[in-house]
Amino acid sequence: MVSVRRVVLDILKPHQPNALEFSRAIAEIGVDYRVRLTVLEVDEDTETIQVEVQGSAIDFEMIESTITSIGGSLHSIDEVEVQSEAD
Amino acid sequence: MSLLHQVRFLLRITRTHDIVRRYFVVNGFDGALTMLGLIIGFLLSTSADLSVIINACLGAAIALGMSGLSSAYVSEAAERKRALGKLEGAMVTDLQESAHGEAARLVPLLIALVNGAAPLIISLLILIPLWLSSAGIPLPLSPLYAAIIIALLLIFLLGVFLGRIADISWLRSGLQTLLVAVMTAALIYLFAGH
Repeated sequence: MVSVRRVVLDILKPHQPNALEFSRAIAEIGVDYRVRLTVLEVDEDTETIQVEVQGSAIDFEMIESTITSIGGSLHSIDEVEVQSEAD
Repeated sequence: MSLLHQVRFLLRITRTHDIVRRYFVVNGFDGALTMLGLIIGFLLSTSADLSVIINACLGAAIALGMSGLSSAYVSEAAERKRALGKLEGAMVTDLQESAHGEAARLVPLLIALVNGAAPLIISLLILIPLWLSSAGIPLPLSPLYAAIIIALLLIFLLGVFLGRIADISWLRSGLQTLLVAVMTAALIYLFAGH
């Protein structure tokens, strides 16, 4: 079985919801998710953020869907850490 | 997410919670002053039947409610649509299925409900003594005077609410709005009292 342990995402989002609410929404997806959000650039209506998610088994599709539902747009997956384990 | 939490979230991301508060006070004040004006007008007129006064006031209350509902919906829907379009342009993506799209659909409805309900509910509260009297329940004073007192009290309370928003003296703010009501009554006496 292969588990995704860490992903670093490049996201464009509106100013609202703010960084705290955005991180919380992602963290709420999993029971042991640890989210680290960094604002890279702030424009008039948007901001570019880097989000790092760590967990024992990250559900990437769910994270992507949550990002879209709160108004963000996933631009790229910048880093991934995946671990293979015996079933 | 609970409904209340969802509503607060949508108001926050569209930064419209202050608009809801402002509409509540502005249109609530409208309702209270309109009822005050109508009731003083009836007091100064030849004695009309209580049911006539109630129907006239109720008609005005419903009209105020509908006016508040429709005008706020039309204007807010246009504003939210414009804001969403601007955001979609900046994001270069379709936000219809996101929280922002949901907010653009629901926030105008919520604001319209507050804008319509505020004058309607305040007007209905002012009319309570008139209904009680027409139902045969004895009141310590004339129903029209009792309605005026309730109107003045509600106007004072709206001022208190404004004072709390602005974080200034609630008493001073309440007295300021009360002064507006007293001036309105004085003007009605001046122009309609002859």
